[in-house]
Amino acid sequence: MNPGSRQLRILDPGPLTTVQDAGRPGLAHLGIGTSGAADRGSYRLANRLVGNREDEAALEVTLGGLVVRADHDLLIAVTGAPCPLTVAEIGYGINSPISVMAGQQVGLRSPVSGMRSYLAVRGGIRVPEVLGSRSTDTLSAVGPDPLAGGDVLPIGWPYGAQPELDLAAVAAPAETDLTLSVRPGPRDDWFTSAAMHDLLEGRYEVTGESNRVGMRLSGPELKRSRTGELPSEGTVTGALQVSPSGQPTLFLADHPVTGGYPVIAVVARADVDRAAQARPGQHLRFRLAGRG
Amino acid sequence: MRVLSAGESALLIEVRDLAAVLALSAALRGEPIDGVVEVVPAARTVLLQCDLGVTSLAAVAQAVRRMQLSSQPSRSGDVVEIQATYDGPDINDVLVSTGLTRHELIRWHTGSDWQVAFCGFAPGFGYLVTENARSVPRRDTPRTSVPAGSIGLAGEFSGVYPRDSPGGWQLIGRTEMILFDLDADPPALLRPGVGVRFVDRT
Repeated sequence: MNPGSRQLRILDPGPLTTVQDAGRPGLAHLGIGTSGAADRGSYRLANRLVGNREDEAALEVTLGGLVVRADHDLLIAVTGAPCPLTVAEIGYGINSPISVMAGQQVGLRSPVSGMRSYLAVRGGIRVPEVLGSRSTDTLSAVGPDPLAGGDVLPIGWPYGAQPELDLAAVAAPAETDLTLSVRPGPRDDWFTSAAMHDLLEGRYEVTGESNRVGMRLSGPELKRSRTGELPSEGTVTGALQVSPSGQPTLFLADHPVTGGYPVIAVVARADVDRAAQARPGQHLRFRLAGRG
Repeated sequence: MRVLSAGESALLIEVRDLAAVLALSAALRGEPIDGVVEVVPAARTVLLQCDLGVTSLAAVAQAVRRMQLSSQPSRSGDVVEIQATYDGPDINDVLVSTGLTRHELIRWHTGSDWQVAFCGFAPGFGYLVTENARSVPRRDTPRTSVPAGSIGLAGEFSGVYPRDSPGGWQLIGRTEMILFDLDADPPALLRPGVGVRFVDRT
């Protein structure tokens, strides 16, 4: 250990832990997606709880399993999917700042609901930036590799005022059906009117083929009203892209910048955060934005 | 021109053909619209990602409809020279499908003014177009691995693989040039609007 340096040592990353921040917007014309935290609301809250700027890099922990050791006294907070959380084997709650002493271990067990938890450290995770962001883009392999045991992450020095929040009152991710707002388009005219009806009335199961790129859904088949191929076009986070099988994929943070299948509708940005917490087996419902 | 909804903060502008995409994206680079934070050209469309703190989708749609689009192809001004060695594994197949001799193929590829129409498929992969286009089919079976720097043809496009990746284009040559460098600003040599000339080093 380098005395005096602030760092966090990864003992076990669990199934998937990546460094994420607000991403690298503005590069899609070069074929580079935005990436960044999949549940941006939970990520920003974690930073606020430790007094960071909202866009400091934090850890995105998928389905818990992360064990880290502080090599220095640190202030941390965990948000998002509620993991049983221990510091030096003592249980703590999430959504609250926690002081960790040098040498203590922090463990996140598997969450009771939700997919992704965010661990922020006062001062921020300061791995080198790539194209202005510390985010791991799992699709284009831009940014740091997913974390592995033995990795040591530099932590920035605290700045600004001490955090003011002691506990953020946020609801845990739902374990039941989620209802998400959508706007039709850009290619709703590629589908039958029955397809839009089915999308808005049906239930779509989140399948196991889901990751930071997108969530493959399974439900009523969305039938096309025309044949032919769509020339590839730019896509957005939240897009519901429909494959020739008629099943939609909901694009998350690492989605491809262009896609060749028609997008029937786009999920509202705030609801993408909630979708990113849905587990395989959970169901999604869609309703038109702006209608009760 | 059709203006399509792409969620709460983006518009997808659909135009007639690729030439219209080039004209629209050149106009948007020349005269950026306030509050448009991302311009993503593709084969028939340009996606505009907007900052709703600065503008509204209605205002952006109106500004796009009012744009004066030049029918002349325009460039960003940058022209990149790519040193090419024409010894790709698919060169004989391309000679058969185009009816050209090897010398004619190289003269066509090096003698044409190419322009990056849009990027896609992989970071820094530019789809190059020319007024002097020839159509070449894709490979029947894509390769699982194409080395970085491979120069290919597919449809009316030419392109250079920026990184090792799978790919189905017909490979006619290669370059040693680095096309995508995460430490460079901008990281991609081939950006929409940039002109490209290939120089024969075979």
